[in-house]
Amino acid sequence: MRVLGDFDLAEEVVQDSLVAALETWPEQGIPDKPGAWLMTTARRRAIDILRRNTRYREKLALMERSALTPEPSEADDRLRLIFTCCHPALSQEAQVALTLRAVVGFTTAEIGSAFLVAEATVAQRIVRAKRKIVDAHIPYRVPEGGELAGRLDGVLAVLYLMFNEGYLSRGAQRAMRRDLADDALWLTRLVATLLPDQPEVLGLLALMKLNLARSEARFDASGEMVLLPDQDRSLWDHAAIADGIATLERAGGMRASGPYQVQAAIAALHAEAPSWAETDWHQIVVLYEALVRMADSPVVRLNRAVALSHFAGPEVALGEVNDLALSLSGYHLFHSTRAELLDQVGEPVLAREARRRALDLCQNPAERSLLERKLRS
Amino acid sequence: MKYVLMFAGSVDEQEAWEKMPDATRVAAYERVNQWFEEHSRAGRITGGAELQGPSSATTVRIKNGKAVVTDGPFIEAKEIIGGFAVVEVKDLDEALEMAKTWPGGGIVEVRPVVDHSEG
Repeated sequence: MRVLGDFDLAEEVVQDSLVAALETWPEQGIPDKPGAWLMTTARRRAIDILRRNTRYREKLALMERSALTPEPSEADDRLRLIFTCCHPALSQEAQVALTLRAVVGFTTAEIGSAFLVAEATVAQRIVRAKRKIVDAHIPYRVPEGGELAGRLDGVLAVLYLMFNEGYLSRGAQRAMRRDLADDALWLTRLVATLLPDQPEVLGLLALMKLNLARSEARFDASGEMVLLPDQDRSLWDHAAIADGIATLERAGGMRASGPYQVQAAIAALHAEAPSWAETDWHQIVVLYEALVRMADSPVVRLNRAVALSHFAGPEVALGEVNDLALSLSGYHLFHSTRAELLDQVGEPVLAREARRRALDLCQNPAERSLLERKLRS
Repeated sequence: MKYVLMFAGSVDEQEAWEKMPDATRVAAYERVNQWFEEHSRAGRITGGAELQGPSSATTVRIKNGKAVVTDGPFIEAKEIIGGFAVVEVKDLDEALEMAKTWPGGGIVEVRPVVDHSEG
């Protein structure tokens, strides 16, 4: 589509080559020795580990780079298409829909069901977005130089949104959409292959891998949700954890930290802890501090407060959480987190109240069931 | 590809501009002029103007063939358009690059111009 207006044609060409890539995508085994991940904040130890794992990292880098060996022009087309779909001149909703449609090959019905929007709305969003691409001459190109970082942030935001909707659905129909999460992972891996020198792409990839590695333990046999403290850690996919950590180490080696890498490092610390009690809360709080500096948001602060409760006690954490009431009053996890902390400081009546509020705001069936169980106990 | 860059700002910004000490305003105009000159020399700007404030506006509404003249801008908004530039660039990214470096502050809306030459 370097010739403008041929968006549909470009989409088709790229989809064909993606299907071909999918068919030949090698399902490689994960190297057998999991490396312990340490954040750059623990530099001294990190350097040791990196030395120890150099060979392993090289092997993995080689594997990931050779996972997809498209013709250079094909790779360029794919990347151009992704950047065009995620152009900031399009609304983020349109970016997500267009990326799923044009790059991953979802039907409009599938996009609608994944994001709880009517199919007609999705179709209209896509038509409008394509029309804008043509009318406003949105270029079909990969941004260069100083422009790349900013535009890449937009692409990663779309990928992360896709993943999160798959990992823990906001909707009432299903708790998790593994297919959507897997597609987001696949697409992120593709971007990482096409842009191998971008540490934040690898950071996001590692974050997704580490979260997905816990999938088996997140729901029990009857489909009830099991939260991290209560999960059977032997059900975690330890090979996938090692893979995620190796990806994060590769990102760390590029010496440019960023919010996705930090979140992945937090996920890695959880993944490596033998139990909830033995989690390195100090390190996790340090990482959340870093995250607040890089990408401050009320949700990040809420998560930091949870980590802080294990390190500085529930009273301190509750104070932090209460400070977020204004911005997070419509977010169910704010109320359920508050409920947990209120229980810990011996305020069961207030805790119940907060839990009821969380239930009112939550649609995900597994999360609702968990809240209901706690309200009954 | 032709675009119009519309330079807008809030009413507050407009007032702040008017209350600016002369020396500061001269310096600000200087930066705006430089921007215009630079892009004109590079062939990217083909036209443009700074508009007087909304209090100077008169609106003509044509309804059923009859023209009704009223005082004021056609829409009472918190943002007002202070000027525009007609630019000729490769694509939206280049137009956005220009908008991002606009030294006048406030808001820049970028709109493609309809091309009547084809079809």
